[in-house]
Amino acid sequence: MTTPPALPRLPAATRPLVAFAGLLRANGFAVAPEQTVAFLAAVDLLGPRSIDHVRRAAAATLAPPLERRETFDALFDAHFLGAAGEPGEDEEFQPDDEIKVEEEGAHQEILIGEEIHETGREATAAEALAVRRLTPPDEGETLRRFARDLPDALPRRRGYRRRSARRGPGFDLAASLKAAIRNDGEVMALKRWRRNTRVRPVLLLIDVSGSMKQRTDANLAFAHALVHGTPRVEVFTFGTRLTRLTTVLKRRNRARALALAADLVADWDGGTRIGDALQAFLAVPRFAGYARGAVVLVLSDGLERGDPRAMIQAVGRLAARAHRIDWLSPLAADGAYRPETEGLAAIRPLLASLTNGGSTAAVCRHVLSLGRERAA
Amino acid sequence: MALQPPIAGLSSPEALAEALRSALYLADDGIATAAFLALALGKPLLLEGAPGVGKTEAAKALAGILGRQLIRLQCFEGIDASAALYEWNYPRQMLAIRQAREGESVDIYRDDFLIERPMLAALRRPDSTVLLIDEIDRSDHEFEAFLLEFLSDFSISIPERGTLRAADRPVVVLTSNRTRDLHEALRRRCVYHYIPYPEPAREAAIIMLRASAVAEGTARAVVHAVGLLRQEPLTKPPGVAEAVDWAEAATALARTGAPWPEAFRRSIGTALKDEEDLALMRPRMDAFIRAVAA
Repeated sequence: MTTPPALPRLPAATRPLVAFAGLLRANGFAVAPEQTVAFLAAVDLLGPRSIDHVRRAAAATLAPPLERRETFDALFDAHFLGAAGEPGEDEEFQPDDEIKVEEEGAHQEILIGEEIHETGREATAAEALAVRRLTPPDEGETLRRFARDLPDALPRRRGYRRRSARRGPGFDLAASLKAAIRNDGEVMALKRWRRNTRVRPVLLLIDVSGSMKQRTDANLAFAHALVHGTPRVEVFTFGTRLTRLTTVLKRRNRARALALAADLVADWDGGTRIGDALQAFLAVPRFAGYARGAVVLVLSDGLERGDPRAMIQAVGRLAARAHRIDWLSPLAADGAYRPETEGLAAIRPLLASLTNGGSTAAVCRHVLSLGRERAA
Repeated sequence: MALQPPIAGLSSPEALAEALRSALYLADDGIATAAFLALALGKPLLLEGAPGVGKTEAAKALAGILGRQLIRLQCFEGIDASAALYEWNYPRQMLAIRQAREGESVDIYRDDFLIERPMLAALRRPDSTVLLIDEIDRSDHEFEAFLLEFLSDFSISIPERGTLRAADRPVVVLTSNRTRDLHEALRRRCVYHYIPYPEPAREAAIIMLRASAVAEGTARAVVHAVGLLRQEPLTKPPGVAEAVDWAEAATALARTGAPWPEAFRRSIGTALKDEEDLALMRPRMDAFIRAVAA
């Protein structure tokens, strides 16, 4: 917990209230001055007859995000009640949403000491660190070009907004009238409108289990490029847990973003429970909404250790929502690859493509080609 | 900060909660406080919560106790100013121009050519309306940005007419299902409240209040059941509205002579509205219904 900045002179009674706003700011909450003013007014309005009134006034006017409500309450208690409990130190970088798919002690270990990259061409992590650090592999140029070309390359769908056009299904009355006024009310040509198109949202699901270890770093670097290349994108990692990475990857600095992501994900190189992870994903209505009409990219080898039926069912539900699902597997780098595991063979008809996810260049090439495919 | 004059008889959150109760809305302390503060501070009220916890109902009840007309603006992706704010009646304008005699000038930007949409309507009659901007999370970022101007100083500009400012601060309620995060700037301008699922006792009271003839035992059983259902990984967990429907449906079936477990089972379609959810529950349905009806 950081100490709030020094305060200017204020009426003594309001000082703790204003100080609380400062304390929140120092702990990473966004509190605007007008919110502080509203907070003071709200406390005044409510009496306040008890500390609960102050708490409710604070919650209503300072509007803490729901995910950080506990931190907010802890800070409130510490500030106004002098409670001993301080919020966790790493609170700032807590995942937005983390769902435990399965508690499996054996798979929870964090890799210590050694990181071997057999296919060191794309991913080289020379340092042996005590905890896992994501080193951005030397693929900067590929990813830069990818982020640049991405906006025009993703599939689009018809939007609801209209724009004036020479040809189109309807008459643009506003534009026609404007033109008519210029001609003293004489309609020379009727303008028409057509619908704008919008880029489809992207949902990226990254497998971080042990069997995908060699690709994980590169995949997260790819995720970072994707987040900065298109406006509507959500990124999740799954192994034995499901972790939402969208927020941390929003940081521009790739090294920093990847370091934060590395701290967030707790199930590096563990087992794979694709089915359970996807079920958990779909069980949160808010997350399931991200898949609606989206381009879903799954970076995984599809080697399911759990029950394949859970995976088949989950992918079926996902396919019903999504625009298309593209499964990018490093195993498919080999041209002769045929999905033979029960799970993958069963979901193959649901996928728009099951293709090479073996290198960042291949992944980028495939994603950039998505908009060109008219079918599927 | 300018405070609004206290609204007739609603001088505290408790008084507001009491008034809301008479409008058949059971408010807990949190929402009563937030609504009271929103009214008193003249700020918009932003309600978030899972679908079916009564966000829209809260706005309706608020309009009811204030004796104002509720103007509802349903958001959707691609909603824009012409759907939310105003639009000109182009065909009529065109006719007016064509009918004008030689040398005569027509003002085609008169009031009678202006079609008012919800936000303009609320702005023009701030003391007789409550504006409900429903499911704001469905709109896109452009519309959210557009709302900021409206919500901070309650004025809108019509290029042909100039800026229109509300004489009074209108009462505005925004709701969101949290399908995406709202922008900080929007949250900042509002009084915020997250509505959780109500605790069992309150939910039972809500069911008895909203449904016409549900016995207390039935209400309790339904509350128990939806509580269990909400813990399952369902696509669409039942909200309060579904609980009310289920209680009412089961009561109606029981009145036709069906035994209680049967009545619950046959009316489950009012609580679970997704084939996958039903499929998930089907193997355990017997045990589940027995546990509920007991």
